[in-house]
Amino acid sequence: MNAGASEPIAAVRLAGITKRFSDVVAVDSVNLEIADGEFFALLGPSGCGKTTTLRMIAGLEFPTEGSLKIFGDEAGTLPANKRPVNTVFQDYALFPHMAVEANVAFGLKMQRVPKHEIAGRVREAIRLVRLEGLEQRRSRQLSGGQRQRVALARALVNRPKVLLLDEPLGALDLKLRQEMQGELKALQREVGITFVFVTHDQEEALTMADRIGVMNEGRLLQVGTPAEIYEHPVNRFVADFIGQTNLLDASVVSNDTVCLANGDHIDGHCDLPVGTRVAVCLRPERAGMHPPEEVPADRQSVVGRLEGVTYLGNALVYTVSLGWARLEVRRENQPGGYRPPVGEEVAVSWTLDAISVVRA
Amino acid sequence: MAHSWLVYLFFFAPILVLIVFSFSDDNNVGRWGGFTLEWYQDFVENSQLQSAVWVSIRVAVASTVISVVLGTLAALALERFKFRGRKVFDALLYLPIIIPDVTMAVMMLLFFSEFFDLLEAWFGLDWQKGLGSIAISHIAFNISFVSVVVRARLAGMSGVLEEAALDLYASRWKTFRYVTFPQIVPGVAGGALLALTLSLDDVVITQFSSGPGATTLPVFVFGLIRRGVTPLINATSVLMLVASVFLVALSLAFQQFSGRSGRPLRRAARQATAFAAPMTTTQTKEGINQ
Repeated sequence: MNAGASEPIAAVRLAGITKRFSDVVAVDSVNLEIADGEFFALLGPSGCGKTTTLRMIAGLEFPTEGSLKIFGDEAGTLPANKRPVNTVFQDYALFPHMAVEANVAFGLKMQRVPKHEIAGRVREAIRLVRLEGLEQRRSRQLSGGQRQRVALARALVNRPKVLLLDEPLGALDLKLRQEMQGELKALQREVGITFVFVTHDQEEALTMADRIGVMNEGRLLQVGTPAEIYEHPVNRFVADFIGQTNLLDASVVSNDTVCLANGDHIDGHCDLPVGTRVAVCLRPERAGMHPPEEVPADRQSVVGRLEGVTYLGNALVYTVSLGWARLEVRRENQPGGYRPPVGEEVAVSWTLDAISVVRA
Repeated sequence: MAHSWLVYLFFFAPILVLIVFSFSDDNNVGRWGGFTLEWYQDFVENSQLQSAVWVSIRVAVASTVISVVLGTLAALALERFKFRGRKVFDALLYLPIIIPDVTMAVMMLLFFSEFFDLLEAWFGLDWQKGLGSIAISHIAFNISFVSVVVRARLAGMSGVLEEAALDLYASRWKTFRYVTFPQIVPGVAGGALLALTLSLDDVVITQFSSGPGATTLPVFVFGLIRRGVTPLINATSVLMLVASVFLVALSLAFQQFSGRSGRPLRRAARQATAFAAPMTTTQTKEGINQ
């Protein structure tokens, strides 16, 4: 509460935010601070409460409990039309009976901005999203990508303090989505507004966001930069949800040894109490593969049988069965590498810094 | 093929006979006595008929305007808000569509006689059944029809648009004015035309809620028939038929209009005239213009 004078005010601050719909808890005591100017992603599977959280920031839902502040002002009970935030809706929600220009001007008109100022700001917003020449089109005459730009312009023209985006790229095809990822990021840098976006696509979150909040079943599990989330997931769910990963069941033996489910002891740092059930997380691209008798001394390994190979062009993914678990190993497609035939006994290896031990 | 023609014959033969004999120059309804527009002229010159036409129009317009406002509000409440007793309200709203006309008519008769008695006993007002009571009874059934039509339109419109308006600083009223209403205009217009038609055509309920002072055209014609059918009734019926068909067609056109064209009104009117054209002969148009 008593933030020091030097500490900047958070753009959005959620404290103990809970949302219940009759008997379902959609969002469960979420604490979160989003800094001014940040590109923040709320990531999680569908039904995890990320959209509800976004809608509470927008003012389209109201929290059952907790405090929601926007730039230091309590906003939890303010209706949507009184909040300094704007939203880009999932299917854009453009007004079909209005042309592009009227759509973009709508928010300014509602705020009774003088007419001559509206015209200038609308022009500027349309230029910002590069839609010049399409001012008089209706939304049904636009492509998916153009509609999204209109939705962006319609929100940004109001110069919101925070821009909320609900699955902004969900309705676009793959190629356009990748293009828009870069564009959104550039746009955010240009306008300098805090962006909060919701997505179920972990790749999208990793590519675009400065920081990511991972949600599941109404809880905010981890907040961090893409690298922190990818390399140091806090639990099995986060490790599994972000990227491809191998998870080996284990339990804690000491703070640098764990016991795998097959009884092998391996090195692995963790601060959890002895006996805690954990998972050893090994990313496929960080695993090595060797003949069983040729594992380098600085690497730990498990031995299994090669079950299959998936050829991806730039890489090969080997599936190795350990009997009690299955591992995937990803190798870049380099000439002269070790390429055992299917059925061969192989060792899957890793260095200590390649694995993380997470709560099961 | 042949079967469908039989069906059409079954449907339209009586109408065709009616139209043909409305131009018959013979006092006897069933006998062809050469072509004349005399009966249409009679219709225009008959002062009782004309006053009934005016009552019909005034009742229709008044009941339509009021039932469109109330019916649209009911539709909005049911589609966009969750409130206690919503399901009950929903079910009750359809009641006037289900209740037989005669039952509704008797209800209205009882209601008005009790209501006017009360007015007299408590306030000393001497009100009689007439234009007002007819209009009220028409509003009572029209609300249901309007709200059904408007609801169909609202259900097809995503509530996200209203959220977007709210997010863009619009108040509830401005959201309705600039977003919701333009989207449901076809439904509202369709509902209004349907209400207009139902009001113009109603006999049973009107008969029980009209008084000596005022009567509508269909009720007046019904009264005339009891004194014997004349070609004047044929002509009147043809004109009522044309008006009804035109209004229903217009109503359908509005309801089907899905917002693809930039000019909804013109497009709907075009569809309606295309639909109604086969029914409207040049002669009957002349009849209206006279």
